[in-house]
Amino acid sequence: MIEFKLPSLGADMDQGKLVEWTVKPGDHVTKGSVVAVVDTSKSAIDVEIWHDGTVWELLTQPGETVPVGAVMALLLEAGETQEQALAWKRDHAAVPVAAYATAAVLPPAATVTSAPSTPAHDSPAAPAPPTLVSPAAPAARTRVSPAARKRAAELGVDLAALAGSGPEGAITIEDVEKTGKAGSAAATTPLNRMTEIRKTIGAAMTRSKREIPHYYLATDIPLARATEWLAARNTQCSVTERVLMAAVLLKAVAHALKRHAALNGFYRDGRFEPANAVHIGVAISLRQGGLIAPALHDCDSKSLDELMRGLADLVRRARAFTLRSSELSDPTITVTNLGDGGADLVHGVIYPPQVAIIGFGGVRERSWVEEGAVRAMPVVTASLAADHRVTDGHLGALFLADLSRSLQAPDKL
Amino acid sequence: MQTTELRNIVFTILKSIAPEIEPAELDAAAPLRDQIDLDSMDYLNFIVGMHEKLKVEIPESDYQKLVSLDDIVSYLREKLPA
Repeated sequence: MIEFKLPSLGADMDQGKLVEWTVKPGDHVTKGSVVAVVDTSKSAIDVEIWHDGTVWELLTQPGETVPVGAVMALLLEAGETQEQALAWKRDHAAVPVAAYATAAVLPPAATVTSAPSTPAHDSPAAPAPPTLVSPAAPAARTRVSPAARKRAAELGVDLAALAGSGPEGAITIEDVEKTGKAGSAAATTPLNRMTEIRKTIGAAMTRSKREIPHYYLATDIPLARATEWLAARNTQCSVTERVLMAAVLLKAVAHALKRHAALNGFYRDGRFEPANAVHIGVAISLRQGGLIAPALHDCDSKSLDELMRGLADLVRRARAFTLRSSELSDPTITVTNLGDGGADLVHGVIYPPQVAIIGFGGVRERSWVEEGAVRAMPVVTASLAADHRVTDGHLGALFLADLSRSLQAPDKL
Repeated sequence: MQTTELRNIVFTILKSIAPEIEPAELDAAAPLRDQIDLDSMDYLNFIVGMHEKLKVEIPESDYQKLVSLDDIVSYLREKLPA
């Protein structure tokens, strides 16, 4: 039996509200499949599963809020039979499922008292004689257009409670908006979402400033070679294949991190755990205010073109509030790029439990001395804020020097 | 294509990237990026949007000509068949 639990989606998230299941009992799923859409304070998240299996029972109902670690669904492993599954469930039925779901995060004493407060856990909660794959649950999946689903997440509308007016009872964006307007004041309006995002940023940054002894370094990096190389590359391709300097900078960071693994990982339980891959959390500002830093996976092994496509896709989805769970839980280091309209230098605040954040200011033309002569040079100020419990300024300085060197040979990235 | 029509198309593309903008509040003769918060990814999406909608090639070396809304509209008029 595979227990599908609500994964942690970052240090600042402790619960999520199920918007809908994207699978139904009987569906086969593979590692990395999206099985549910969960609304968190930051975004509606496509939650992925990390096992292969067949969906057996959905325990959480759309609209319910569950804590991180709660078992939301049960899946059959390859070769597991109904009988084995029922036997497994009988063994676990001594504990009502609702309590079982919260037991993962609450101390045992709290489970009994907290169980009644868990919202409407009707059919799956009752330790009733187990039936076959419960068709009472959302067997016939409601048809919802992606736009309507997104709008529902924004407005906090429960799709399960909606009657659709579209073809074959499909829920349309109008249905959602009608309900959203009539809905309770507690609905997640865009304004509420902004308040929540501000709160989560506040919580994570307060923790960071309280717990992490930051040290800060910065260096000016000449970008003439990278700029010329990129311009030459971009003239040869169509507008849809163009690469931005932002992607080149990310690639250079991933490249330089290979030699400085002590900046890439997590500080947990009093010690540093290096990460196996370079998943760069890219700080993306949201137009309505606030920011989010989802992971761009495997920046070290992706080509520059792949990285650019991944970055464009990530920015688009972050702003549409449709990120995947692994993107929120995975970043091993963060990069913040202020862009050309911004300031020259950023002193980053580390996102715990990460141990470093790299910042880039705007690329500016400045006077630059090279081989005894002054010339005009596009320059970016790169900064590093890192955790002094893990590294020292000497290593940080070596990293920035490597970063600068990487950017002088952009064709080798 | 008429200037007004082109201007509306350009504006629709901009609005899809920066939903908060209002046509009446934009000064068509002033630099666009001073008035709208567009990062490099937004700007690229804006160029891609015009490329896809109007089927014009806009090389990167021409970006410097596209400063204000007026500049963009006259640039597109030259590029498009009358």
